[in-house]
Amino acid sequence: MYVAVKGGERAIDNAHSWLAEERRGDTDIAELSIAQIREQLSIAVNRVMAEGSLYDPDLAALAIKQARGDMIEAIFLIRAYRTTLPRIGHSKPVDTGAMACDRRISATFKDAPGGQVLGPTFDYTHRLLDFKLAAEGELPETPKDAPLKGDMPRITEFLNRDGLIQSEDRGDETPPDMTRQPMEYPANRALRLQALTRGDEGFVLAMAYSTQRGYAKNHPFVGELRIGTVGVEMDIPELGFSVEIGELTLSECETVNQFTGSKTEPPQFTRGYGLVFGQSERKAISMALVDRALRWEELGEDNKGAPAQDEEFVLSHADNIQASGFLEHIKLPHYVDFQSELELVRKIRAEAMGAHREAAE
Amino acid sequence: MSDYNFAYLDEQTKRMIRRAILKGVAVPGYQVPFASREMPMPYGWGTGGVQVSAACLTPEDTLKVIDQGADDTTNAVSIRKFFEKTAEVATTEHTGEATVIQTRHRIPEEPLTEDQILVYQVPIPEPLRFLEPRETETRKMHALEEYGLMHVKLYEDISRHGEIATSYAYPVKVEGRYVMDPSPIPKFDNPKLEMAAIQLFGAGREQRIYAIPPYTQVVSLDFEDYPFVASKANHACALCGAGDTYLDEVIVDDEGGRMYVCSDTDYCSGRQDKGHRGEMAAPYMEVAE
Repeated sequence: MYVAVKGGERAIDNAHSWLAEERRGDTDIAELSIAQIREQLSIAVNRVMAEGSLYDPDLAALAIKQARGDMIEAIFLIRAYRTTLPRIGHSKPVDTGAMACDRRISATFKDAPGGQVLGPTFDYTHRLLDFKLAAEGELPETPKDAPLKGDMPRITEFLNRDGLIQSEDRGDETPPDMTRQPMEYPANRALRLQALTRGDEGFVLAMAYSTQRGYAKNHPFVGELRIGTVGVEMDIPELGFSVEIGELTLSECETVNQFTGSKTEPPQFTRGYGLVFGQSERKAISMALVDRALRWEELGEDNKGAPAQDEEFVLSHADNIQASGFLEHIKLPHYVDFQSELELVRKIRAEAMGAHREAAE
Repeated sequence: MSDYNFAYLDEQTKRMIRRAILKGVAVPGYQVPFASREMPMPYGWGTGGVQVSAACLTPEDTLKVIDQGADDTTNAVSIRKFFEKTAEVATTEHTGEATVIQTRHRIPEEPLTEDQILVYQVPIPEPLRFLEPRETETRKMHALEEYGLMHVKLYEDISRHGEIATSYAYPVKVEGRYVMDPSPIPKFDNPKLEMAAIQLFGAGREQRIYAIPPYTQVVSLDFEDYPFVASKANHACALCGAGDTYLDEVIVDDEGGRMYVCSDTDYCSGRQDKGHRGEMAAPYMEVAE
């Protein structure tokens, strides 16, 4: 006699307690605090904030701890929390021109007003394991200067003055909000940029890289990359004026791309744009390249059939929460569908083998 | 869980989902875009169905959740617990007692009534997706009722395999207008799509909701000379002896021995309680160990 498998509920509860134990690891080792993660794994925290679309370093650090360092799981925790938050209002557009920059570089000009500022970058470090860190070495003395306050002119503005770069027109339309409206294609640029800034860093990087390797090549130069803090202002209707309600760290990248001109436009440089929460410059640069590739239609370029030019392809597959959820759902039971496939294959095989026998006889 | 609103979603979101449901009911089989929210379970694990259920549930409802026809599969347990926690509604395993049933991949064997809502979890709502990957194209095809591609696919199946080689998620035409994916239910369930209960389909990741109102005509696509057949394993249930239910095949020993049991666990145990016995079940009245 046969008794069907039961006990899904107890199995789930037990799996959860085992998971909690594994997350903590060896209890002889001190537990990580949220503050430690926030301060010492800040690039990870930045990624979780960017792809989770929620700027809160403490919550991001908590998510990383809870997810055992699994970044996509941490991003998922933040996204699921984010949906439960009421929308109180929206800020005014942040002015990255007034950013207090920690880092600001241009690859297109040797020097420019405001200067080149390297800031805290891995760029010129030699990637040699620093065993002093393993021994909890002391922090070396760091020379300090005040952050660069005030207006830091945009490099691309210098080109704009001479009409050498295509100008971006100011628009009054309210940008769509992809977290409140279903995605619809074709998407406008504001919607594309939203999807890219919360898109998976690895995916956006790979798409950008593919354009550099010739799949819709668009010859990018980093016109400017800047990282620093900006104030966030919000109009308060009761007061009748706007108030600064907080500060964000952002990475912004503007690329300058060659453009040979088209039927409607004279030859001039064009732009790609990337803007990401936190210090996330790899993502910001990738985003700018993909943004530029997706603008082929608006600039009257040829569709070369490259993946990075295909808006529906890029935007439908950039979100790692959607992708990982759907990918991993194939772990769920599918025995009902599989059963119907089994029967179909058996039937078709029986018919095919019957026909085979007949032919042989 | 007082931190969250009744059934997790805030009222504005539920309102938005209800509007999409109403539109879906008004245009049977049409996929209505909706602003799907991120839920605390992964996309692909029933987020669409959960949002539709959350928008339908009232405190007086009794909820049943099944996956593969069974109430005790892990994801069904997980979703039922979610609503027990966030909505504190009564739950049941009995099809007849439920007012809202959320399902993945099956339609219950027991006929549903006008007082019930059946909510399906849908992975890919677009029946034309595997023929045309672009949403911009498939929406146009639906608008123009341009379903030739689908008929060509079914025809090619017949010329290659001698029959239509689709065994689940078998496409249907609703009320003579929209071709619709009934979600990955086995084609055995397709005839049940014409029913007294209202049927709602939620696809969270793909941001679509669609519906079949009660007593709507639902026709499985076929050809006159190759009519649709709702097939199942040619056996009777080894536990309850039913010969007209959808069966799961279970491997029972190392020699590849098999048995066939009802996929609808509630229906099967209900029959056993009434004394029906299959060939591998314990004799009636004897207490199972």
